[in-house]
Amino acid sequence: MTFENNATRIRRTLMIELARRYLRHTLDDDVDNIPVEQHPRRGRAVRCCTHHDRAVTRYRLMALLGHAVENETDELKPLREYAAEAQARSEAPAQVLTVIDEACSACVPGNYFITNACRGCVARPCTLNCPKNAIDVVDGEAKIDREACIDCGKCMQVCPYHAIIYVPIPCEEACPVGAIRKDASGREQIDSEACIHCGKCVTTCPFGAIMEVSQLVDVLAQLRSGKRVVAMLAPALAGHLPAELEKVNTALRRLGFADVLEVAAGADHTAREEAAEFVERMEDGDALMTTSCCPAYVAAVERHVPAMKPFVSSTPTPMHFAGKVAKSLDPGCITVFIGPCIAKREEAHRDAMVDYVLTAEEIGAIFVAAEIEVAACPPTPFPRPARRTGRGFALSGGVTGAVAAHVRERVPLKPMSIDGLTSKTMKLLKVYAKGKGAGNFLEVMCCEGGCVAGPCSMAGLGAASKRITDYANAGASGEDLPTEEAGSMEEHVLVDERH
Amino acid sequence: MSKIKVEICMGTTCYVLGASSLLQVQEALPAELASRVEIDGASCLELCKNGQFGKAPFVRVNGETISEATIPKLVQAIRRHAAATA
Repeated sequence: MTFENNATRIRRTLMIELARRYLRHTLDDDVDNIPVEQHPRRGRAVRCCTHHDRAVTRYRLMALLGHAVENETDELKPLREYAAEAQARSEAPAQVLTVIDEACSACVPGNYFITNACRGCVARPCTLNCPKNAIDVVDGEAKIDREACIDCGKCMQVCPYHAIIYVPIPCEEACPVGAIRKDASGREQIDSEACIHCGKCVTTCPFGAIMEVSQLVDVLAQLRSGKRVVAMLAPALAGHLPAELEKVNTALRRLGFADVLEVAAGADHTAREEAAEFVERMEDGDALMTTSCCPAYVAAVERHVPAMKPFVSSTPTPMHFAGKVAKSLDPGCITVFIGPCIAKREEAHRDAMVDYVLTAEEIGAIFVAAEIEVAACPPTPFPRPARRTGRGFALSGGVTGAVAAHVRERVPLKPMSIDGLTSKTMKLLKVYAKGKGAGNFLEVMCCEGGCVAGPCSMAGLGAASKRITDYANAGASGEDLPTEEAGSMEEHVLVDERH
Repeated sequence: MSKIKVEICMGTTCYVLGASSLLQVQEALPAELASRVEIDGASCLELCKNGQFGKAPFVRVNGETISEATIPKLVQAIRRHAAATA
């Protein structure tokens, strides 16, 4: 996601303000002042008035403190109580996304509108081409009968003056699975049974009404508790911080992380196991196998295309393997996955190997609050750099490349990919589920471009992809490591978990 | 003709508050300006440290500080400096 967007700026500013107070030990005393500080009494209001701005900011902070807005029971409960609960809880919050109804503008339903560019012409193709006779010309201007309109968009196509516009409901349009819908009041709510936690609504809503339920304070509290906390860096993170991951490694240790691992090393393991599984399945006569590392895709299958389930690889994800390595090397440690993804929170919630998930934005905000200049940190190299192919998992096509490298033509591999889940590509998944799709290996990434384009990323796709490619190219090549050596200390703790 | 120097602060604060996407300003420049600029990521310009934190990201165009920088703001500043030194 590129940044020309105030909703993103506000979210990150509040993350910084929270983290700064936590690090200065003033969170409990001072958190309730943030809404006022951000919206001073005589300042310019973004919404109707500063009071509304403050109310919305309070809910944003509630979400950033790891509380779902839907669970509010007492409107007068001060933020410091939410902050205290956040610091006291021993498990990450279960809910992933929350809607701030106070911020939702209840976008108008009905997608097509006639603007004042309408000249009430004689040809009137809008009235003639409407399949439901929903348009009439009244007082020299076309009018749409909302009851009859079916939002087909023919009128917009045929208007010679381009006087008819399409106005989407951005969150509903962005959701690949129709999980966000209006309630009776016209405000949006998320159907938790249908949601795949992809976060597309978060980045799309122009009012910033959908927030992630953050684990920022949870992680800071774990660091302060003196427990050994291990950071696991997604390969995609290499594109979204101001310096290389070796410098980020140093910066994280300054924050108090006991150790820092590359999730790309877990990806190496996923690729090897997934390749073995693919060969086995194809030899058994299967027609198709799909990847399993994108948690939003896996949730989409489970919740919306169950017929696809048998085709999804049962190999655990790179995050799982990284967590397993961390917990084996350092039993009792707390593991924190860091990347641009929100859906990983849901995966982590179901995986005992991963305790917390922070986004690229959150770790960036923590660095700002701790006044750590990441780019000025000396690099701390990873003792055993992950392979090029594992690091490449962050970019679309990367998983396929890594698996192909391990399959080594033992069986024919015909790769296909779905690069980005949308309502359209969800239909394509259903085609695959019926056994009618092309290829025998399908890579599915919920975010277009791959994990690099996750909802909580910072740099643009082009710049981030380039940096990730540099990171991947600096990784070990498969040939650098003889097979036994490749079964390094880390990998000895990983046994085949597929069956 | 000397080049117009564009230094985009890559300090942590500026990066998190938007500088991450400013390097793309190169692509937003018209051809006659694109050849006249030298765009670089700079290490922290220390501008966020003087109580102006809320004004990040910062960019320097030929020494002139641009706060709350956006790509259109940068293009404007570059245009101004190009006209002044033409």
